[in-house]
Amino acid sequence: MNPVLPFLEIEASSAPRVEVRFDGAPLLLPLGANLAAALLAAGIERFRDTPVSGAPRAPFCMMGACFDCLVEIDGMQRQACMIEVAEGLQITRPGSPEVRHVAS
Amino acid sequence: MSHRDLVIVGAGPAGMAAATEAANAGLSVTLLDEQPRAGGQIYRDVDHVPDHRAALLGPDYTAGRGLTVALRRSPVEHVTGAVVWSIEPGFCLSYSRDGRGAQLTADRVLLATGALERPMPLPGWTLPGVMTAGAGQILLKQSGVLARSAVLVGAGPLLYLIAVQMLRAGQPPLALVETQTGRNRRAALRHLGGALRGWPYMAKGLRMLAELKRGGVPRYTGAQDIRIEGDTRAEVLCFSHRGRTRRLACETVFLHHGVVPNTQAARALGVAHHWSTQQQCFVPTLDCWGRSDVPGVFVAGDGAGIGGAKAAALSGRLAALAIACDAARLTPDERDRRARPLRSARAREQAPRPFLDTAYPPCAQALSPRDETLVCRCEEVTAGTVRDHARAGCLGPNQTKAFGRVGMGPCQGRYCGLTVTALLAEATGQTPDQTGYYRIRPPLKPVTLGELASLKTPPATGKN
Amino acid sequence: MDSDYAIIGGGIVGLAVAWGLLRRGLTVTVLDGDDGSFRASRGNFGLVWVQSKGMKQPRYARWSQSSARLWAEFAAELEQNTGDAVPLEQNGGYDLHFSEDTLQATVEKYEILKAELDGDYPYDVLGHNALRKEEPHIGPKVVGAILHHQDGHANPLKLLLALARDVRRRGGRVLTGKTVTEVTQPDGFELACADGTRVRAAKVVLAAGLGAARLGPQMGFKAPIRPQRGQVLITEKLPKLINRPSLIARQVDEGGIQIGATNEEVGHDDGVTQSGLSGLAAEAIAAYPALARAQLVRSWGALRVLSPDGLPIYQRSAEMPGASLVTCHSGITLAAAHAMLLPDWLEGTAAAPDLEVFSESRFAIS
Repeated sequence: MNPVLPFLEIEASSAPRVEVRFDGAPLLLPLGANLAAALLAAGIERFRDTPVSGAPRAPFCMMGACFDCLVEIDGMQRQACMIEVAEGLQITRPGSPEVRHVAS
Repeated sequence: MSHRDLVIVGAGPAGMAAATEAANAGLSVTLLDEQPRAGGQIYRDVDHVPDHRAALLGPDYTAGRGLTVALRRSPVEHVTGAVVWSIEPGFCLSYSRDGRGAQLTADRVLLATGALERPMPLPGWTLPGVMTAGAGQILLKQSGVLARSAVLVGAGPLLYLIAVQMLRAGQPPLALVETQTGRNRRAALRHLGGALRGWPYMAKGLRMLAELKRGGVPRYTGAQDIRIEGDTRAEVLCFSHRGRTRRLACETVFLHHGVVPNTQAARALGVAHHWSTQQQCFVPTLDCWGRSDVPGVFVAGDGAGIGGAKAAALSGRLAALAIACDAARLTPDERDRRARPLRSARAREQAPRPFLDTAYPPCAQALSPRDETLVCRCEEVTAGTVRDHARAGCLGPNQTKAFGRVGMGPCQGRYCGLTVTALLAEATGQTPDQTGYYRIRPPLKPVTLGELASLKTPPATGKN
Repeated sequence: MDSDYAIIGGGIVGLAVAWGLLRRGLTVTVLDGDDGSFRASRGNFGLVWVQSKGMKQPRYARWSQSSARLWAEFAAELEQNTGDAVPLEQNGGYDLHFSEDTLQATVEKYEILKAELDGDYPYDVLGHNALRKEEPHIGPKVVGAILHHQDGHANPLKLLLALARDVRRRGGRVLTGKTVTEVTQPDGFELACADGTRVRAAKVVLAAGLGAARLGPQMGFKAPIRPQRGQVLITEKLPKLINRPSLIARQVDEGGIQIGATNEEVGHDDGVTQSGLSGLAAEAIAAYPALARAQLVRSWGALRVLSPDGLPIYQRSAEMPGASLVTCHSGITLAAAHAMLLPDWLEGTAAAPDLEVFSESRFAIS
C-alpha cells in the first residue's frame, strides 16, 4: 500500500490483477472491480476535464447519476462507476484541448 | 418482444421486496436494474462482500441478504446491468445492456428507483476529491476502498454511520463538520414522541455518537460559510464555527445533507408530484398503495418519499399486493388482510422521520447558494446566473434551462433540479409547487445513437 | 394607455417584433405565458435557412433571403447591447440526398425558383466525393448534397435570452405567466388575462404561436394554424465532426450534435417516442456513421406553428383596426426581418415591405 494515496483498500483483494491503460500508463487493477473505485485506489485523481471550462473532475456520486466519472473507452464516453474492470481496457481522459476548443 | 404482468425498475429493497411478493402471488415479473448485482445502493453488493467487510458494515447492512435470498428463490427474472432509458405508456420499456438495446412490454410498472443525495452546492463542490457521503459508502461496500484523510460535511445520521465505519476500519475521518444547530435540535423535540416510537434508531444514533467521541473524532456543529479550496483537487475545507474561521487540510470531502427521491422515471411518465415541506423535496403523489395518477404506474421505496431501507421494502410489498389485486391474482380482502401488518410495521419505521428531518434540516447555505457557486455541475452554471435569468422573466426551470443550459447536461438535472427550483422560487416569491420542475424526457440515461437506431421499427417520418 | 403596442406572445416572434418597435422609440408591453406553455422558441432546430423555402411562392423565398441577409447585423446589435454573443454561422448549408433521383428532382425545382428570383439563388451541387472534401465524416450512403450558400445556423436559445434581456433593457414591459383570455377595443385595446391583469394599448400584435388559433377569431382573424410535432435529439458535446448544417444534423456551438426532426400530425402532443427517436438516429448515422458511438443526452418534442400552406401569416384585422396577426413556422430564420422590417409594416410607413401575399386572403373562406 502506498501511504501517499488518498484512498486505500482495506483488505487484499482476492481477484487477480489485470493490466489496463489510463491515458497510456499501465495500471494493475482487480479483475471485476468497479472501475471508478479501482482507479481511485490506484491513485487516479482526475478522471476528465469538462467540455465547458476544462475544469478537472472525478467521481462524485458513485451510483451512475452525476456523470462526473466519465472516461473514454473504445471511443465512447462511459461512466467509470458503472463499469467493471476487464483485462486490456484502454481508458483515456476526456477533455483534450481539441474537445475544449470545439465546446468553447 | 417479451411481455410481463409487471416490470419493476430498481433492485434495491423496495424493488426486490415487491418483485418477490408479486411473483409469489403468481404474476410474471421482470426486475430491471443497472447494477451487476441486486441490493440497490443501501445493500450494494451485500451478497458479494468478504466477511471482514460485512462485519465492519454491520447487521443493518447484512440484513439486506434476507431480500436478496428471497429474490433468488422466487421466479422473478432479474436482469442485471440493464439501464432503462425510456418507458412509454402502455408500457414499453427500452433499456441498454452490454451496449445493446432491448425492449420489454408490461401491463404495469413499479418504479423503485430510490434516492439521490440532496444536491449540496457549496463553493468547490465540483473539485476532484469532493464526493457525496453516499459515494463514500458505496466505495466501502462494493470495493472496500476508504478515504485516508477525509472530512464529513453536512447534516444527518448517515454521516455518523460513515464516520463510525471509518473509525472501525482504522481510518477515522479528520472531523465531522455539521450544519445543524442547537435550535434545530430544540425544534425537533416536539417530534420526540415519534422519535421514541422509533427508539431503536435513536438508540443507535446515540451509540454512534458515543463511539465517535471515544474515538476522538472532532465534531463541529452549526458550521457556516463552508467552502472547499484547492486548485485541481480538494485541499482544504474552510468553514466558520462559533465565529472563528477554521481550515482543515484534507484530501477527501464527503458531502451529505439528506437524500431525496429520484423522480426522473416517474416524471418522464407524467406522474404528478408535489412539494413535501417536511422532507424539503418533491415527492410523487400516490395513494396508500403507491399507486400514481397514471394508470398502471406505481412507485415504492425512497423514490416515493424518504423512509429508509426497511420502510422501502415494506412499501414495495404493499405496492405488489395492490398490483396483484388489480391483476385479479388476489381478492381485495386478501390484499387488505396481508397489508395490515405491513402497514403497522411501516408506520413504526417512519415514526422517527419527523424528528430526524427537523433535527437535521438541509444546509441553508446549500439551499440558497451564493451567486458565484456552481449549481449545475454539467453545464457549469452558477446560482447568480439562475437569479439573473429569474430577473429576465423566468418563472420556472424550463425557461431557465433554455436561457442558460442548467439541467441540459448528461445528469439531466439530477444534481441541480431542486436547487434551481429553490432559487427561482426565492426570486419570484412563488412556492416550489408553483415554480415546478424540469420536464423530464427520454433518454433517462444517455444512450448511444447506434443503440437507439438498432431499435428502429417503421421508417422515420418525412422531412421538411 | 399602458403602451403604444401590446404584444401577445413572448417567444422569438413576439420579442423580435417588440425589440424592433422599441428600437423605433415606441413603447411596448409583452404578455408572455408560463413555464409550461408550448414554446417553439425553446424547441426549434436553430437553422437560418433559405433553401427549399418558397418553392411555390417566390416571395417567401425572397422574404427568407432578406431576413438571412439582415441576421448578422441583427445578431451583432444584440451582442453589443447585451454583451452576450448570439452565435451565428452563415457559411452555407446542405440538403443531403441518399438517392440520385431525389437529388436531381430537387435541383430541377431549384432551377425553376432560381429563374423566378432573377438568379439570386446561389447553390452548388456536390457529388459524394466533393461533399466528402467538405465533410470528412459523411457516410457512403450519401450520394450528394445541395450546398446553398445563403444558409446557416444560429444558437436559438441565446437569441431568445438576448431578446428577452434587450427588450427589458430598452424599457419594454414584459409580463410573464400571463394567458390573455379576451381582447376588446373599447377605446384603444384592452387585454384581459386569466389572472385578472388588464393591459391597455393603442395597437396589438398577436404573436402567440399556437395560442393565436384561440385568440385570433375574436380579433377578426382566421388564424388557420395547427401544431405539427418535431422530435429533436442532441448528443453529448463532441470534437468538431460536422462543418455545415443540414436538415438532418448540425453541430451546435457548444459541441453537441443536434439531430432532427420528425413531422408528425399529432395535435397538441409535444412528447417524444422511442420510434421517433430511433428513426432520427438511424438517419443521422446514415449521414454521419461516426455518430453511432455518440451518446444521446437529451431529446424533446416541439410543436411547429403551421399555416395550411406552411407560409407565414401577416394580417391586419378588418374588425379591430390596429390589431395585427404575425405568425410563422420559421421564427429563427425570420427573426431579423421581424425585428428590422416588420415595424415599418406595423406602423404603415412608406418603407413597409409588401407582405400582401402573406395575408389571410389566400385561404378559402371557411
